[in-house]
Amino acid sequence: MQILIFLIPVSLALGALGVGAFLWAIRTRQFSDLEGDGARILLDKEPEDY
Amino acid sequence: MTTVAACPACTVAPAAETVAQRGARPAPQVIHLSLPAIHCAGCIGSVERTLRAVPGVASARVNLSLKRATVEVDASIRADSLVAALKGAGHDAQELDGATLAAGDDDGIGRGLLIALGVSGFAMMNVMLLSVAVWSGAEAATRDFLHWVSATIALPSVAFAARPFFKSGWNALRAASLNMDVPISLAILLAAAMSLYETAAGGAHAYFDAALSLTFFLLLGRYLDHRTRVAARSAARELTALEAPKAVRLTGQQRETVTLDALAVGDLIHLAPGMRAPVDGVITDGMSDMDRAPLTGETIPVPAAPGTEVQAGEMNLTGALTLRITTVGEDTSLRRMAEMVATAERGKGRYASLADRAARIYAPGVHLLALIAFLGWMGATGDLRLALNIAVAVLIITCPCALGLAAPAVATAAAGSLFRRGVLLKDGTAMERLAEIDAVVFDKTGTLTTGTPRLASRHDPRTLSIAAGLAQGSAHPYARAIAASTDAPAPVSGIREVPGKGVEGMLNGITIRLGNAAWLGTEDKIGAATFLTIGDEAPLRLSFADDLRPGAADLVASFRAQGLTTYLLSGDGEDAVKAMGTALQFDHVAARITPEGKLNALNNLATAGHKVLMVGDGLNDTGALAAAHVSAAQGSGLDAARTASDIILLNGDLNALGRAVATARSARRRILENFAIAGVYNLIAVPIALAGFATPLIAALAMSASSITVSLNALRVK
Repeated sequence: MQILIFLIPVSLALGALGVGAFLWAIRTRQFSDLEGDGARILLDKEPEDY
Repeated sequence: MTTVAACPACTVAPAAETVAQRGARPAPQVIHLSLPAIHCAGCIGSVERTLRAVPGVASARVNLSLKRATVEVDASIRADSLVAALKGAGHDAQELDGATLAAGDDDGIGRGLLIALGVSGFAMMNVMLLSVAVWSGAEAATRDFLHWVSATIALPSVAFAARPFFKSGWNALRAASLNMDVPISLAILLAAAMSLYETAAGGAHAYFDAALSLTFFLLLGRYLDHRTRVAARSAARELTALEAPKAVRLTGQQRETVTLDALAVGDLIHLAPGMRAPVDGVITDGMSDMDRAPLTGETIPVPAAPGTEVQAGEMNLTGALTLRITTVGEDTSLRRMAEMVATAERGKGRYASLADRAARIYAPGVHLLALIAFLGWMGATGDLRLALNIAVAVLIITCPCALGLAAPAVATAAAGSLFRRGVLLKDGTAMERLAEIDAVVFDKTGTLTTGTPRLASRHDPRTLSIAAGLAQGSAHPYARAIAASTDAPAPVSGIREVPGKGVEGMLNGITIRLGNAAWLGTEDKIGAATFLTIGDEAPLRLSFADDLRPGAADLVASFRAQGLTTYLLSGDGEDAVKAMGTALQFDHVAARITPEGKLNALNNLATAGHKVLMVGDGLNDTGALAAAHVSAAQGSGLDAARTASDIILLNGDLNALGRAVATARSARRRILENFAIAGVYNLIAVPIALAGFATPLIAALAMSASSITVSLNALRVK
């Protein structure tokens, strides 16, 4: 059961990483134009000013 | 923003003013454009390229989900030139009032809920994993250790993520009432506190995972609910932002564009052809025709000359007019309409949604049950810890997890499917009210018909081409209908509009005229027609019809098939209304109805116990729209009508409304089914909890299973 000493912090760190990524996505408004971002990858060239 | 109607095309340079109002920040200024027709990657590329090619544009960004473009420009650029540039590239665009949009753009509450949802979701997963170890038989020191780790994750997460429930529940308690959030908060708090105590005492049962999954599932319901509301509200706001009321004031020789609050009685304003009157007034100079359809439902334009009274909302068609303002502010006919709407809405009272009604019965019931469990076990065994444990288990299991999801999940699914078909629900309870209707009242002009005339009489190509050549020079709806009827207009020269009469021009040295009967020396009793004279030839009659909107006949037929009583109430003349009433087989028809008459008719129907859906588009419908059990307006209608309605039809296809009623009924059925499903789970789980056999595992299973079943059932809404 000694392995728990390592595994639990590791799983918590991974969880925290997930929460962090999620918070980042919300804060930087990654979800503000889901349809548009999906369509934009089809454009040949992303406009320079973004 | 006042709810005075004005067409977007006739406002002059509002962008510059918006910025001026915002303060001294010179550049860059931002223009918002609505792009209703964009749908693909190609559209994004072409819109952004077109906008950037306009000199003075710093950047342009399209948001495809909102069908909107945000353009940064320097001060020399007006929205009109951007709209014109886009038109050239084949995209319809309209300017949006930036101030109106900005008022609700930053959705802080939604993001807060989403963050709480994320935190509780990740915490729930971790604690669930740890709990699996406990459920599969961890004992003694290992179990205590796992419980302690769970506690360190769960307690801060619950404290952070469940705040929305604590706040709302606390507010309800302070107002000495109970809402759904009181049992929720109590269950979460008690579960966390009890589990902490059990952990410290080395007990077997800790409900940390239950406290977190409760928080997670309920936040999910709360977020869905919030998003549905915000989506509807921001779409409604966007419609308002399309219209910024302005007037052109004449002072001496000067013309200035001012907002409506700057106007006073006695001021002179200029009304160009194609503009709507922003206030009530009397014509002092100029001849024209006025389109009163939005106010009265009359389809045929009325001639206007000095001395004619003009009401706010009327559209000037043919000649430039000067108006002396007779009333402003509170006294305009527009405000009186708004007053009527407010009175009607006060009378309607607050509609209690199904979820509210369920919560009102459920919340006290849950508390009572938990209390009975506690007292019963306390009395039977005298063991405080055991009695508390069982009471907490009852609270957790009965906690309205599925109930919290039951209504929002269905509403989200249904509102999304309706929005894709061009039906916008402005109000959260509109769907439930729509499901209850037993009668439908229609307005005619602009609602069932397109409100724009079409040339109905047949003519030889030469006549058509001459008439069209002449008609190109006029903004009169009849002229536009003629111009649209042929591809080959004759090259008529020297076209001159004779306001209030018609247009004249020269073709091969012959004078041709297109205009009303009196001007061309003939008589016409039937109406809905205009006349053409070529040189000295006898006047030729061109008659017009107001076309039905797509789906109008099907809609009325489908409502009748669903057993709804159909009414047609119109302000238009007897003949036109009768004809349509017969053609579409309405149950009841009435013509020449005043706005007050419509409102009274609606109130009478309500008194007789009917739940009425009112469909309208004009100012004359606003009182009736507000008084109806539920109301729908055309998106192309006036702002005031849209403000008074619960449902907005965005693309003019009436058939969508028929399907909306079917969707609303199916949604209501799903909500009730969801309540039943949640009830069945409780029926099975509550006796187990009361008997003291509930374990954290059973609680987790019951909660997840019922929440997932309810969500899946919600997705069946068509």
